[in-house]
This record gives sequence, C-alpha cells and structure tokens, in this order.
Amino acid sequence: MKQALELKVNAQLYEVFVEPWQSLAEVLREELGFIGVKVSCNSGDCGSCIVIVDGKAVKSCLVLAPQAKGKEIITIEGLTQDSRLHPLQEAFIEHFAFQCGYCTPGMILMAKTLLDENPDATEDEIRTGLSGNLCRCTGYVKIIEAIMAARDKMKKTSSGRKV
Amino acid sequence: MEPFVYLEPQSTKEALSLLTKYGEKAKVLAGGTDLVPLMRQKSLNPRYVINIGNLDNHKFIHSEHKTGLRIGALTTIREIETSPILKTEYKMVSQAAAQLASIPIRNIATIAGNLCHASPAADMAPILMALSVSVKLVSIAGERVVSLADFFTGPGATVCKPDELMTEVQIAQLLPNTYGVYLKCSTKGGQELALVGVAVVITLDSSGKICNDVKIALGSVAPTPIRAYKAEAMLKGSAINNELIWEAAQVASSEASPIDDIRGSAEYRREMLKVFTRDALNQVVGLARSSV
Repeated sequence: MKQALELKVNAQLYEVFVEPWQSLAEVLREELGFIGVKVSCNSGDCGSCIVIVDGKAVKSCLVLAPQAKGKEIITIEGLTQDSRLHPLQEAFIEHFAFQCGYCTPGMILMAKTLLDENPDATEDEIRTGLSGNLCRCTGYVKIIEAIMAARDKMKKTSSGRKV
Repeated sequence: MEPFVYLEPQSTKEALSLLTKYGEKAKVLAGGTDLVPLMRQKSLNPRYVINIGNLDNHKFIHSEHKTGLRIGALTTIREIETSPILKTEYKMVSQAAAQLASIPIRNIATIAGNLCHASPAADMAPILMALSVSVKLVSIAGERVVSLADFFTGPGATVCKPDELMTEVQIAQLLPNTYGVYLKCSTKGGQELALVGVAVVITLDSSGKICNDVKIALGSVAPTPIRAYKAEAMLKGSAINNELIWEAAQVASSEASPIDDIRGSAEYRREMLKVFTRDALNQVVGLARSSV
C-alpha cells in the first residue's frame, strides 16, 4: 500500500506516495525527476546510483525509500550552486573524464565524499575509494586525473571561500 | 520485489514483539545491503520487513576498562573501519572491515547484518572468530551470549532464532604481544567477495620466538567460516619458523572443504588457502617481532 513519505533532497522537502519496496534510486528518478540518479545494475555493484545521504555516499538502489525518511539527500543536481558548477564537475569536463556519462554522477558524488573526508587524498586513496564505482567507457585514467585536479583546486581555494 | 508490509519499530522492545509475532514471515532490515538485492532477485520474500536501522541505541563502540570491547549491532562497517579506538587497540578488526565491499556499502552495512546473514564469505567473520568474540542475542524472553565459534550452522544459517535480535558483539581484551590480520584473496580485488579469506591472531612470548597462542579462521572455504584447529595446535607452544609456518598453512588448507563455484575452483581455493595462511602468519609474526 502506498504511503506518504517526506524526503529532503538538495535542501528541499518533498512529499511522495510510494510503496515501501521502491528503492530510493527509483523514487528520486521516477517520482521526483532527479534523473541524474542512474539505475544501471540495480544490485549495488556499479555505483551509478550513488547519492549522498547525511554526508555519506550510499548506493541508492539498495536503500528502500522509507529508510531515507528524515535524512539529508544530495543528488548530482544539488552540486550545482546558482548555476555554478562544483570544481569536480568542472574538472570532469576539462579533463574529458566521461564518455557515455552514465557512471559520472555516481563518480562525482563518491569523489566529493572522499575529498570532503580527506582533502589530501592520494591517487591510491582515490582509486581505492572508487572501488564501488564501475566505468565501462573510459578506463578510469581521466576520471582519476579529474578528481586529482579538483582536489588540488579545492585545496587552493579552501583557505578562502567555501566551495 | 514481492510486496511486503513495512514496519518501523521505535524501540528494541517493539522490534522484538514484532519478531515474536511474525517470526519466520519477517526479515530484519538493518543496512539492507544483503537483504535488498536478495529480495529483488526474489531469493528472499518476507511478508514483513522490520526496519531496525533507526534504533540508535545499538550504534556504539565501547571500550570496557580491562575487559574488552563491545560493538553495537547496528554499528556500520565503515564506522568500525574508521574507529579511532579500533584502529589503536584492535587494529585487525578495522583492517578487516576496510576490505568489505566498497565504501558506499560499508556506510550502511552493519556488523550484525554481516554476521546474521551468515554468508560463508562474510568478511567480518574470520577475524572475529580468530578473536574468539561472543555475540549477544536478545528476545522478549531474555538474552543469551553465544560464542561466534558456535554461531554459524550452515550457509546463511545461524543459531539466531526468528524472534531474536543480535544486539552486540563482545571482544575480549587482547593479551600483550597479540597481533592479527585478515587477508582476503580475490581475483580482481576491489569490491569482490572473498574467494578465500584467512584471519590469524597470534600471541608470541616476550622473546618473540614462541607462539603462546594462535587462532586461525578461514572464510569462503566451508559451509560456514571455520577455525583451523589442527593448524593452530601445530603452532601453539612451538618456536615459529618458516618451515613450521608452511607446514601449518598446508594443514589449515586440508581442514577446509571448499567447493567449485563461479568465482573459482575448489582446487584453486585449496592452493590459495596455503598461500594466504602462510602470508597471514608471516605478517603477524613480522608485526610481533618488529615490536619486541
């Protein structure tokens, strides 16, 4: 039976009517139109469904919608502030770190949590940190390059403005 | 996924009442990283799903003065991986947690979920078995403490009854000169399941030459995680050297009963068991001796 569920996504409150067996990924995409949340393997392996929940990267295809009640959810759409791209988004463009783009939102959000937790993350730590994100197109090299470039850029600006 | 009734108890007592009421027709939802994919595949079709994920009183890591450590059932694997207490005092537990799947999984997967789901490949089981931990199981009727060595009964099966909840994991205080490691064998690394898992916890004497105590636990090579008791007996009380380590590794391998499956053959697993047991023993002995 569909039940009302309040979700906070990208700092806004939404009310949806969903079955408890719908995943958070499905609800974000289908009910709320956040199509930046991708559903690919739907089994928790590829990471394209990754969103940030209460500051932590989470595979949203594995979360049943009611589990997300009361949590702060950020999708890739929430990364852009007043039309300004996040340094990670800019770096992915500058370094051509995507081809089909399907893994990209998950990659960026995972990278964001890695760098938020560890602004000095090494290449090794970034690679290990991305082990839950699969890309079939790029071979990962440009993705890692972009993340390291964003890391360096964010470190430069972190003494001043919050990005 | 088959339709189900979703329940969200507000307390442990309420959760236990629901489990008592619905028993075998219910499944407990903690992190969901094992449960949800199986429900989606329709391998598991509970009529009732009881979400205990918000029962915050089960999220803790408490160091008990001189007696050991208690980890709440709903503590996430990521919390275990990054816990300052564990990284200093029970480093091997943190090190094992770091190898479970990937960070986004570890962010929601729970210690009780990993143990109660009881995959023979469960990454937290070998190191906790080698530490001789106990788990607390609670029902409306009362509570009991079960040694992890007696907890698993088969693939996906444990002594936990349908009306019981695991509430905590209890780890005894480590003796001085005790070191441990969990080595996970997989073909591609990353977020893979263990092809073979070996955990060793060793206590050497003050000279660093004699093994006072050792526990070896093996994962993914039997219907449940198992201890390699014969290999342990060979090492206990003996002077440790490369030859003995290799002998013990081979004995450990013979104590397992791996199967052929999509991830590897039984034969390959037996070989890797020897290699990884040897490597784990070398690592812990190296750690112990470098601090003597």
